[in-house]
Amino acid sequence: MRHFFRRKSSCQIAKDRLKILLISDRVNCSPEIMELIKTDIAKVISKYMKIDAENMEIQINTKGSKGRGGKMPSLYASIPIVDVSAQDVVK
Amino acid sequence: MENQFSQERKNSEVIVVTSGKGGVGKTTTTANVGTGLAKLGKKVCLIDTDIGLRNLDVVMGLENRIVYNLVDVVEGNCRVKQALIRDKRHPGLYLMPSAQTRDKSAVSPGQMVKVIEHLKEQFDYIVLDCPAGIEQGFQNAIAGADRALVVTTPEVSAIRDADRIIGLLEANGFKQMELIINRLRMDMVRRGDMMSAQDVVDILAIPLIGVIPDDENVVIATNQGEPLVGSSSPAGQAYANVVLRVQGKEVPYLNFDKGISFWTRVSGIFHKA
Repeated sequence: MRHFFRRKSSCQIAKDRLKILLISDRVNCSPEIMELIKTDIAKVISKYMKIDAENMEIQINTKGSKGRGGKMPSLYASIPIVDVSAQDVVK
Repeated sequence: MENQFSQERKNSEVIVVTSGKGGVGKTTTTANVGTGLAKLGKKVCLIDTDIGLRNLDVVMGLENRIVYNLVDVVEGNCRVKQALIRDKRHPGLYLMPSAQTRDKSAVSPGQMVKVIEHLKEQFDYIVLDCPAGIEQGFQNAIAGADRALVVTTPEVSAIRDADRIIGLLEANGFKQMELIINRLRMDMVRRGDMMSAQDVVDILAIPLIGVIPDDENVVIATNQGEPLVGSSSPAGQAYANVVLRVQGKEVPYLNFDKGISFWTRVSGIFHKA
């Protein structure tokens, strides 16, 4: 039956859960800290260009530099830029 | 004479069997790997470092022969040799039991290192059974070791704890860490309800040294107090291969799929009927 409905196997669910779980375990970083990092990054980038801080995202994933078996976590930030040339602050 | 003896045993290896989570098979693995090495003619000393909750003695079937224990050695109540129980079934196999009536704080990592240094003179392999957890018992167990076998089962909780343990071992300077995946059920893997050995290796990212199938013979062997390594049972064969890999030999992985699929097919017929 399962095959007909193409439900996610429990093995796949376990792998997906572990992937996320281990990243936060390894980094030892709470959601509060992540939020602080996010606002600080937004603050710094805003000095130089106009960004959409509301829709910015940061996350830690394992597709980074080589660590134990190529699994060293790295921080990714996706920041929508509203206007690159803007902000007279650059001067 | 003494000097010559110690030079002869210079290459002794100290292996800690650890997992983080309890009940995944550390003690069973310690007993089987140690017994397997002794069966191949090595001089092996097993040390139970789980103070207060000793188990290795019962799994080995040596619980009635304990006089002194690890804490007695550390506190100087006896000589190291007096606390070693010789396993009469396998020449060269010895067990140093843990204390049952004390707690983890009775031994320090420094004291463990001293005991191990002493044992290194006489043994080819020293295999330490680590307690569950990451507190002092874990610190004691890893203090004198230079190689770790990390035992896990293909379950989220055990893998998570194994990952934490690997991180801690790395932080403690361990270079050689190898993974044993215990209680794998190929029938469940095949229908997508259990992570495969490859899935677990991908997540934990350390070299694999053994895959032990879920085998009721392990329970029977524990009941009898005799490790099943080398027997014809699936787990016995798998452990025999782990022992060879511990010694650096390349051994292909067993295909449990065939045997199990046959039995599941047979049992499947009966279940339907």
